[in-house]
Amino acid sequence: MSTQKVIKNLKSFSTAAERFEGSHLLCPGCAHSIIVREVLNATNDNLVVSASTGCLEVCTAIYPHTSWDCSWIHIGFENSSTAMAGVETMNKALRNKGKISKDTPTPKFVTFGGDGSTYDIGFQWISGCFERGHDFMYVCLDNEVYANTGGQRSSSTPIGASTTTAPAGSVSYGEKRQKKDIVSIMAAHGSPYVAQVAPNKWKDMVKKIQKGFDTKGPVFINAMSACTTEWKFAPNQTIEVSDLAVDSLVFPLYEIIEGRELNITYRPKNIIPVRDYLGAQPRFKHLFTPQFEYIIDEWQRRIDERWVFLQKREEIRL
Amino acid sequence: MNSKEMNLKSTEVWDGNMANSQALRQADVDVIAAYPITPSTATVENYCTFHANGYVDGEVIMVESEHAAMSACIGAGAAGGRVATATSSQGLALMIETLYQASGMRIPVVLCLVNRALAAPLNVNGDHSDLYLTRDAGWISIDAFSPQEAYDMTLMSFKISEHPDVRLPVISNQDGFMTSHTAQNVTPLKDEVATKFVGDYVQLNALLNFDKPVTHGVQTEQDWHFEHKAKQHAALMGSKKVIEETFAEFKELTGRSYKVVEEYRMDDADIAIVCLGSTFETAMLAVDQIRKDEGIKIGIVSPRLFRPFPLEEIAASLQNVKAVACMDRSAPGGTVGALYNEISGALINSPSRPLVTNLIYGLGGRDMTVTGLKDIFRTLDKDAKDGKINGKIQTLIGVRGPALEYYDVEGK
Repeated sequence: MSTQKVIKNLKSFSTAAERFEGSHLLCPGCAHSIIVREVLNATNDNLVVSASTGCLEVCTAIYPHTSWDCSWIHIGFENSSTAMAGVETMNKALRNKGKISKDTPTPKFVTFGGDGSTYDIGFQWISGCFERGHDFMYVCLDNEVYANTGGQRSSSTPIGASTTTAPAGSVSYGEKRQKKDIVSIMAAHGSPYVAQVAPNKWKDMVKKIQKGFDTKGPVFINAMSACTTEWKFAPNQTIEVSDLAVDSLVFPLYEIIEGRELNITYRPKNIIPVRDYLGAQPRFKHLFTPQFEYIIDEWQRRIDERWVFLQKREEIRL
Repeated sequence: MNSKEMNLKSTEVWDGNMANSQALRQADVDVIAAYPITPSTATVENYCTFHANGYVDGEVIMVESEHAAMSACIGAGAAGGRVATATSSQGLALMIETLYQASGMRIPVVLCLVNRALAAPLNVNGDHSDLYLTRDAGWISIDAFSPQEAYDMTLMSFKISEHPDVRLPVISNQDGFMTSHTAQNVTPLKDEVATKFVGDYVQLNALLNFDKPVTHGVQTEQDWHFEHKAKQHAALMGSKKVIEETFAEFKELTGRSYKVVEEYRMDDADIAIVCLGSTFETAMLAVDQIRKDEGIKIGIVSPRLFRPFPLEEIAASLQNVKAVACMDRSAPGGTVGALYNEISGALINSPSRPLVTNLIYGLGGRDMTVTGLKDIFRTLDKDAKDGKINGKIQTLIGVRGPALEYYDVEGK
């Protein structure tokens, strides 16, 4: 069992000892720092953190400064998961050899990667780590775009979003493909615990992170990270946009235990139309034209279908 | 030392891969992460067999690619313990990004590189294309010419890599098949002696030391990057001293003597070849024969240490010869071979400037025979006697089709 912080309210968050310092270079309004703080504050245990090349890494570890008051490593864009597999295995080896005392509590191993590192370039490394069953938590900071390099599409970019490499234009509505279903893919790896979280629903998120910390084996967390810069909403709207995402069911909150037991962990009292979520973000503004409006209808249909699917899966427990 | 000892004979018959595997076992490595590839596969397979039979106390991670193998080594090394891997050719090519990261992050890692050609065309046999690919990666690179040397070099690599003044990754090279798959007599150390020689791993900035949290793998831009790379280069240049000390300590223990530049019959040589790997041993036979039969006074020079490059020692070795042939076993890709470049660089400021030619040979496992070497020696001897390079600077040796020669001495 990990020792867990008791977090009753937002105030106890803000007063919790921080291993992720407030001074960093992330954009004002970036959800990454909220997510990282919520993850790190969910445990009192010793922590080793790894990060992929990306916004989080370039904004928190610029020599001679660091924002990390815990053991931290970055190697490259694609291999933060495997870096942690190495750390976790070394911990095991040194314990077996008696070089680390068996009485020492086992630290927690957490890896952060963006959707570029997770869905795309680093996917093979993550897949390998999960297949081998390393005892660590992988957290994807999913902002649906290569934000660090200035807003190029990833395989997490949803249909209709305008990005610099799939821009909306006179004959294009932007991204043509649906977002990859990374949560199902990771559950299919046999991961003991997979969950989707959003930082605005922080109680739900902390509960899942703590559950993840108490799970033996590779845990996958897909965390929605609303991106003020690339989704193009005002920096003070991060939580509002995140609320629209979960209340429209564009980003449903659920968990899958042992690849089978699916639990929906948040049911909006009032489900709002997807249109409202899209309308809050200028990355979708071209959809609100007669030419491309049919994409919004497609969006709604797909989200409705997905919600039915999730509820059925929850019901049948398979 | 591993809890279960393996009783070795005073002389074992091992190929180069087994020599690697035994050195890795005796070094009591904490984590090995690897992915199989010909011809280095057996290095890992043997080690896994040791592990499966209780002869290895450390952990083995069989990852899904060579890039992941080195990534895991970097993570495990930064965590605070001894790490190693093995690869060849395409695996090394896939690993390249992480080679630079390992050295730039100053993580001690030992990489057993069994040298093999690079595709395309796909080829599993030995040449030095992969060795050359590591040239600028900031690793120490040591070359073994035989299974005995592979055992010795791999064992010594840990001691060099982890030395507090070095803290840099090391490649222990050997030729694919000619060394890796050729069984020869090897005199190993007893487990206890070998493990003691390598010594305990000393942690520095370990991720698993929670009393002192460390940030590994930072970003630096124009304000700090140069200083970091300069310090890294200084450590690499300074490692030669540690390497020589390690060679000396190893000689005390085993009687086996190694130098950063190896020579054969250079004392009275008029001409010399420079080569790497198993060609050195073949050339020893050819030199003995041609000296006896034809009176050609030729010697051999080989940089045992490829990085840091022993420029001064090479210049000293070749000080008294009139002509040198640099034998590069890698497709030169539109220029002279790497050894030619390095050796010319060593000789350009020397008082006696011998003639220097470049021979491209042995690509993709093409044999270099005693007969072939003697032909090379005769051509070199004629150049030396004539006081000029009779052909062109670069010649491709042992390839079918029309003669391929490049670069006129006088220029165009």
